[in-house]
Amino acid sequence: MKKTLIGALAIGALMTASNLSHAACKIEKGKVNIIGNEFPAIQTIGAGAKACAGDGVEVKANLTKEHKTIQVPGLTGNPAEYSVAIVANSSIVPLMNDDLIRPLDDLIAKHGGNFKDNQKISIGGKTMAIGFMANAQHFVYRKDMLEKAGVEPPKTYEDVLAAAKAIKEKGLAKYPFGGAYAAGWGLAQEFNNMYIGHGGKFFKEGSAMPSINGPEGVATLNMMKSLAEYMNPDFLTMNNNEINAEWKAGNLPMMQMWGSRAGPLLAGEGTAPGVPENTVLAWPLTVAGKDIPATTLWWDGWTIAKNVSDEDAEASYLAMINAIDPKIMNDKVAEQAVWLIDGYKPTPASAGVFATIEAKAQPYPMLPYQALLHTALGAELPDFLAGKETAEKTLADAEAAYITAAKEKGFIK
Amino acid sequence: MKHRTFFWFFLPTALAMLLFIFLPIISVVTQSLFVSHEQVFVEVENCDIFGCKNEMMIDAAATEKLRAEQPLGRFVGLANYFNRSHLATSEIATLWQTAESWGTFYDGLFNLPLYRAIIFTLVFTFVTTPSVIIVGFMIAVAVNALNQHLKGLVIFFSLLPFVVTPLVGSLILFWMIDARGIIGNSLQYLMGDPNLSLKASTGLTWITLIVYGVWHAAPFAFVIFYAGLQTLPQDTLESAMIDGASRWQRIRFVVIPHLMPLVTFVALIQLMDNFRVFEPIVGFNASAHATSLSFLIYNDMDGEARLLNSAATTSVLTIIGVAILLSPVLVRTWRDWNRKV
Repeated sequence: MKKTLIGALAIGALMTASNLSHAACKIEKGKVNIIGNEFPAIQTIGAGAKACAGDGVEVKANLTKEHKTIQVPGLTGNPAEYSVAIVANSSIVPLMNDDLIRPLDDLIAKHGGNFKDNQKISIGGKTMAIGFMANAQHFVYRKDMLEKAGVEPPKTYEDVLAAAKAIKEKGLAKYPFGGAYAAGWGLAQEFNNMYIGHGGKFFKEGSAMPSINGPEGVATLNMMKSLAEYMNPDFLTMNNNEINAEWKAGNLPMMQMWGSRAGPLLAGEGTAPGVPENTVLAWPLTVAGKDIPATTLWWDGWTIAKNVSDEDAEASYLAMINAIDPKIMNDKVAEQAVWLIDGYKPTPASAGVFATIEAKAQPYPMLPYQALLHTALGAELPDFLAGKETAEKTLADAEAAYITAAKEKGFIK
Repeated sequence: MKHRTFFWFFLPTALAMLLFIFLPIISVVTQSLFVSHEQVFVEVENCDIFGCKNEMMIDAAATEKLRAEQPLGRFVGLANYFNRSHLATSEIATLWQTAESWGTFYDGLFNLPLYRAIIFTLVFTFVTTPSVIIVGFMIAVAVNALNQHLKGLVIFFSLLPFVVTPLVGSLILFWMIDARGIIGNSLQYLMGDPNLSLKASTGLTWITLIVYGVWHAAPFAFVIFYAGLQTLPQDTLESAMIDGASRWQRIRFVVIPHLMPLVTFVALIQLMDNFRVFEPIVGFNASAHATSLSFLIYNDMDGEARLLNSAATTSVLTIIGVAILLSPVLVRTWRDWNRKV
């Protein structure tokens, strides 16, 4: 059913895009090959680029969940296999680290494009990517269950703990809170969110040395553990998919979820009765009396490979410009994401992400060594949450694991 | 066989082994002796849709120059093998001096990624392998005693677990053992503990993974032993019956000795298979409680971090592990062979 829906959306998007006809793309010849993540909004972008295929113009797209593993090798050869990589603010970093993508300023000057200035992602003064959508993890709650429990919708994590207590005491839900705490990337990301919310700094100023083992780090872990007490005891194995399944079944009153993944819950497909109409995509939570939202902002955008011919780069640029043209916007496409594209009108599905942008949440850091710390945290944090060691020991282990990896990668001497 | 004939006969195999086994091992060993270049940083202003800020970046031109000079990176000798992610020699030394008891020493050891992975890998290998052999043998003997008409059907169903792709099989079981799944929920009911969770504790996760491993591989042992049972010398079996041997005595003194070479074969294959346990850890999202050597390699190579030299080092250590593990079986096979010749 889900596949059919995605297929229908993709076909819908394809039809919209092909109305523009490939002549509108103004590509004379060249090869375009796109690598990117796989979800409906990116399917739409891929279909928009494919609409440019025609005489002498070849457009292919490989949209897959394995894109992070493929993108670096796929752009490394000369000529590179892929001419376009669709990235987010974390996955652009490996491409920048290895110098695999080209500045777009020349192409923008030559061909322009129907996008807003703030869609340009500039690194060191050069435009390296064009953003087309935003995303963030934010708070989601069930209106009816909070009303029954007699609590106001929480604005802070401390409120969440109080609300969870009330809900549990009234027997409204066995496990009142859900978050993607599965060991690995998801758990580390929740740490990052909470740590930023506590005002923590990941690295010592101007260096790649970690600085997470401090009072903010300990407070972050303690808050995560307090939350975990209100989660399903299997929380260390539960990722977004499992949490979403619990939400659909009507078992969860509150959760922290990606805007892009919570939005489809409103459509009510495969959900228990009463769930979609009471699901509210709310806002980012804060913690410890600070006003920084305990979450990160993300953008998705496209980049053009460095190791392809200028002709192919030009064709790729024109195809991608066509893919993000405001003409693609319609009701179905608007529901797929929080688009940065002109002509997009916010839907209820985007409320949480917009609230996060308005609350001035920090973007996920684009540092060359952030991914190494992320991986180290993902492997070491379960020991604390499973109650095997102290917060200080876990943070020291994570720092030690990070330093070992950073030395191997040459980030630390 | 003449040496000359043997040479030409063996040449294609030798070439394939050189190309697909020997050269990759050389490459992995080489990579494990290097690390990346020191990165040259520049601070630049990054602007995205959410605003601008100053961030550290890699200086592409300077890095390119370093890379051209030394394409493999910096040579560090065996440093990769002794760092915290691998053998962690200095951490072990500190631990040895500070640990008050064997318990704290073990806890400290279990806290280091490689040792944690080795401990689980070995426990998994040495519990699963004999269990697979015993369970497979029991199924084979039971099926062999069945009525001819039922055999085909029972064999088909007994083979199913082996046919299911490990990742898919473990994913299906992941949902079944969930607190709300059919197995998880039944266990809670049977044990009378509504908070029982197979995924929340290290011990139960290990047991789940081992049970899964036995469930998956027992059909393999079953098929081999069942084939072996078809070649049982009926004369010996009948004379044993005339001598008044019970069913158990016949199995103990006739069937098992007859199947012994097959047991060696199954043990060899299963030791190798179980030592590279990987799919169930991914399928069960079990990495919080159990990691294996293969999982460490996967974790290093997957995603954005890409620790290739570290993955190479773990690979070499895995190869050494396999060699040590298989040496008793190989020595035994070698002796058997010499005896026969």
